[in-house]
Amino acid sequence: MTQAQLQEKANSPALIEEPGLRNWRDYFSFNTDHKVIGIQYLVTTFIFYCIGGVLADLVRTELRTPESDFVSPELYNSLFTLHATIMIFLWIVPAGAGFANFLLPLMIGAKDMAFPRLNAVAFWMIPPAGLLLISSLVVGDAPDAGWTSYPPLSLVTGQVGEGIWIMSVLLLGTSSILGAINFLVTLIKMRTPGMGFHQMPLFCWAMLATSALVLVSTPVLAAGLILLAFDLIAGTTFFNPTGGGDPVVYQHMFWFYSHPAVYIMILPFFGVISEVIPVHSRKPIFGYKAIAYSSLAISFLGLIVWAHHMFTSGIPGWLRMFFMITTMIIAVPTGIKIFSWLGTMWGGKIRLNSAMLFAMSFVGVFVIGGISGVMLAAVPFDIHVHDTYFVVAHLHYVLFGGSVLGIFAAIYHWFPKITGRMLNEFWGQVHCALTFIGLNMTFLPMHKLGMMGMNRRIAQYDPKFTFLNEICTYGAYILAVSTFPFIINAIWSWMYGPKAGNNPWQALTLEWMTTSPPAIENFDKPPVLATGPYDYGLERARESVPLSDPDPVLSADTNSVLRAKPDEPYPAIVAEKEQ
Amino acid sequence: MQSQTIDPAKTALNHHHDATVAADHHEAHPDHRLFGIVMFLVAEGMIFMGLFGAYLAFRSTLPVWPPEGTPERELLLPAVNTVNLIASSFVIHNADTAIKKNNVRGMQIWFAITAAMGITFLAGQVYEYTHLEFGLTTNLFASAFYVLTGFHGLHVTIGVVAILAVLWRSRVKGHYSNEQHFGIEAAEIYWHFVDVIWIILFGLLYLL
Repeated sequence: MTQAQLQEKANSPALIEEPGLRNWRDYFSFNTDHKVIGIQYLVTTFIFYCIGGVLADLVRTELRTPESDFVSPELYNSLFTLHATIMIFLWIVPAGAGFANFLLPLMIGAKDMAFPRLNAVAFWMIPPAGLLLISSLVVGDAPDAGWTSYPPLSLVTGQVGEGIWIMSVLLLGTSSILGAINFLVTLIKMRTPGMGFHQMPLFCWAMLATSALVLVSTPVLAAGLILLAFDLIAGTTFFNPTGGGDPVVYQHMFWFYSHPAVYIMILPFFGVISEVIPVHSRKPIFGYKAIAYSSLAISFLGLIVWAHHMFTSGIPGWLRMFFMITTMIIAVPTGIKIFSWLGTMWGGKIRLNSAMLFAMSFVGVFVIGGISGVMLAAVPFDIHVHDTYFVVAHLHYVLFGGSVLGIFAAIYHWFPKITGRMLNEFWGQVHCALTFIGLNMTFLPMHKLGMMGMNRRIAQYDPKFTFLNEICTYGAYILAVSTFPFIINAIWSWMYGPKAGNNPWQALTLEWMTTSPPAIENFDKPPVLATGPYDYGLERARESVPLSDPDPVLSADTNSVLRAKPDEPYPAIVAEKEQ
Repeated sequence: MQSQTIDPAKTALNHHHDATVAADHHEAHPDHRLFGIVMFLVAEGMIFMGLFGAYLAFRSTLPVWPPEGTPERELLLPAVNTVNLIASSFVIHNADTAIKKNNVRGMQIWFAITAAMGITFLAGQVYEYTHLEFGLTTNLFASAFYVLTGFHGLHVTIGVVAILAVLWRSRVKGHYSNEQHFGIEAAEIYWHFVDVIWIILFGLLYLL
């Protein structure tokens, strides 16, 4: 029996002292270690996820009945506005940045990010921005023009709330841009010797594409928000038709960021899935270059599809045609990824643990969201369902069924590396099952509601929609309940969980080659690549690279590989093992 | 085959507290700051691109541009200011040449001249603002004019502050040398960027 076969139990602790453990105060201070910052990001954003989730359940509780009986319609508007803003800008976008912070330097064998202090600055913009946004509820004038803040509506719904919203989003956008600069420089300049772009793990490729997108698109939103702030506070009329302005220009500037933002929110988790699936299928990734380049293709195409959000705003027909075609084309690189993941799992020796279950749920649910996306890309269909619950269903299938499941897959996969301890598998699977049921129960009926003509962003609706809305609401409660096993599991395991050892999954990427949690500066010397990141079961394929590490972990599982002659063992491995 | 256990502490990657490797922690870190500045300027450039795009979009929605009733603008002062700013880009480049020859004194002189030219530009802007016959909220053109030039003026101000900061730091002997002068290069690149943005802005607001 070889070591690399599936381990039922985690490795026993390897080092008596744990070099990666830190004083808890470090996590509340301006620390420049990328691992501390990564954890700061993840914990902070998860808290905001819980707040956004409470808001979502308040929204769903209001929508359980056709009447406006739970909260006032004004408060309802604020609730869904804050829900969307928090979930997008304070949970999914920064959660991706959190994983990137923790993992990128480890994956490329660097000691830290390129600009550690800038990195800390980027993080420390998030808590004040989030508190500012939530404080608007206390002030009593919460933003209520929707997360899109379309003028002229946003100019007449309350100056203070809207001002707070703009300020908060500008801060979060700045944080995101500073993070992206750091990721780009780190990835381009700081890879360990011998690691070309084509030896990078796919999560790094995904972050390269994401960061380029952030760098190019976020500033345009900032420009739009600056102009909106002038309209709101200084009395200019850029977007105010009464003074000769044009609100459609705002929509263009807004969606020039906010459409790429959906790729900023999903690409990191495409990267996560590309890591999780090969490790837990014990197989080389199918189509490495196809996945890597399709990330770049999505990043580029993502910049030229924004106006599909504006098919009903009176843009000219030829423009609609252009954006319809580009939007449909973007499904192609996404499809390439889906098929590559399926190809990776095909014939693999799949471990059905929580991380893999979340990853597989991701693939399945995301396909539904992707297909409804292609439907919405078609202009005639979009005009029919514009601003209905069909759109709400679509966006939650890609953002919850995509990004959030991706985040959980990443947490279950990297928790042992981040904390040095294993999560409880049983409660992880309970979490996954509840999340899967809850999400489909909440969002699947919304497709039907949209087709029936129920508008989004309304507190009251026609009683004929009641039954489906009740199902959605109960689904949302299941989602709320599903979070508890996770929170308890994470906290308990962090404190008392079994020690994980360096490489509990027998993975090949570099982050698993150091201690768990990784020591300060990660590696004592730049690690040398012994294998490619996904060479599971391949016999040391990269012969040009010197093998500095005789660690048998690196040769992974020889039994689960697709080989030309599966019955014939690799002579080299047998020779090595029998020495 | 019997099962092997691996002691990660003994793998080649993890020689913690090993005296021979400990020295590695203190090697000079490669300097990626210049590349970082370039990335930052890409983002800055996109803010301006967004504003320029919005300006062109506003322009295209109105039949007459600037809207009827917009007072005439003086072209002479902005034109002189433009020449001044373009010239300053050549001036600041001399500082770069000087420091590469380890001539700190020469760098200081060229930087001081650049700062003076930048302040002249800002003074010209302020003079123009006070003498224009339209205000921020007069009409769409006026609003765009003030926001665009103001946002650019803010960047010129930051550039001047950066140049003055370099001058302040250069008072310490040996702070900048032919091998170590990131601050000087960063200030120069930023200044060129501000200059290029102004050329586009001048074309959009005054000539087009």
